[in-house]
Amino acid sequence: MIPGSFSYHRPVSVADAVKLLTDLGEDARPLAGGHSLVPMMKLRLATPAHLIDLHGIAALKGISRSGNNLVVGAMTTQHELLASEDVAKAMPILHEAALLIADPQVRYCGTIGGNVANGDPGNDMPALMMTLGATYRLEGAGGARDVAAADFYQGAYFTALEPGEILTSVSIPVPAAGHGSAYEKLKRKVGDYATAAAAVVLTVAGGKVATCSIGLTNVHETPLLAADAAKAVIGTSLDAAALKKAAAAAVAIMAPAADARGPVEYRKHVGGIMVTRALQRAASRAK
Amino acid sequence: MAKTHVTMKVNGAEVEGLVEPRTLLVHFIRENLQMTGTHIGCETTHCGACTVDIDGMSVKSCTMFAVQAQGSDIITVEGMANADGTLSALQEGFRMMHGLQCGFCTPGMIVRAHRLLKENPSPSEPEIRTGISGNICRCTGYQNIVKAIQYASAKINGVEFQEAAE
Repeated sequence: MIPGSFSYHRPVSVADAVKLLTDLGEDARPLAGGHSLVPMMKLRLATPAHLIDLHGIAALKGISRSGNNLVVGAMTTQHELLASEDVAKAMPILHEAALLIADPQVRYCGTIGGNVANGDPGNDMPALMMTLGATYRLEGAGGARDVAAADFYQGAYFTALEPGEILTSVSIPVPAAGHGSAYEKLKRKVGDYATAAAAVVLTVAGGKVATCSIGLTNVHETPLLAADAAKAVIGTSLDAAALKKAAAAAVAIMAPAADARGPVEYRKHVGGIMVTRALQRAASRAK
Repeated sequence: MAKTHVTMKVNGAEVEGLVEPRTLLVHFIRENLQMTGTHIGCETTHCGACTVDIDGMSVKSCTMFAVQAQGSDIITVEGMANADGTLSALQEGFRMMHGLQCGFCTPGMIVRAHRLLKENPSPSEPEIRTGISGNICRCTGYQNIVKAIQYASAKINGVEFQEAAE
């Protein structure tokens, strides 16, 4: 399987990349880790005339602190996320979720920017970024703008990215000290997308859930924030009734497609179970 | 489509070639360089048979373009033996532990395990299994591949390899 012909460009700055994208128009695609795009190109589901490889842009790499936020360059790989002590300590859920993406070889190449910008509902990072309240930096010919992850996803492969814009970094607020978190992902095998997955970040005070945020992966054409489910557990001790109510509220907003991972009913059912498990495990980790 | 001149280091030797941008790295290695140790299995980024080591990373060479490897330092299974031509600890492990049957996945397994042991010279069994989870073997059931990597790990660390009780 060999992709169709294209011209290859390797800019060394974001400005150059934006200029290329703007000048070449719809026939051009940015290339990050390439592990979604290249397989699509082999199947001729994507036939860009120009590929703009972002690997030459050093400014898009790296993890740094900015105030209370962790700022991750778009071309930072899953492997680099996993190697970061700052990530493991400040937001263990990011480490946990990165480890559930694809397989070791793919994680050396796959980037956080590609994962969140592609708009694939099967990707794990988008729901997690919504759960953590992250913001994406988008840069285009008209300058830079910040868009909340929660406002970014419009449909499968449709995002707030305008033509000529590149997602350059992800800014993630560090969760409160003592928070508990968990990412529960049901998949058929290593490397598969989620049948359903749930991200939970919560804090506990006096034995009751004080704050809670829940995100859902691959149970809708976009990643989802399960706000009602989160509300259902706040103020509770996460007793059986609260868990049941939260799972039901989450299932109520799921609209997965029936595919090889199972019929709609099954995927919603296990989606509820992922929410329950993630809540329980997050609470067990909260201090 | 105009061809692009690429240069890279493969198993310590400088190589060059003319490629279309769409030429996959695995095709460049197998066809231009005539090094057919790197195998093409699924061509869909799943099986890991085409794994090569690029600048210290295990990469599925069916999912990267040769032009992207410009200037990089690549190790393929042909570069796995010791400098004096004797078998490396990993190669010896695969031989001694019968870590292959048909052998099709073996180049990818060995190249991947090479990087795994560089990053973690003493992996636990679960760490080995996670470490090779991007490589599919349809013959062995993985048991002997895991043992082969344990054998190599023991040899690299200068300790005697002892098989776990079945």
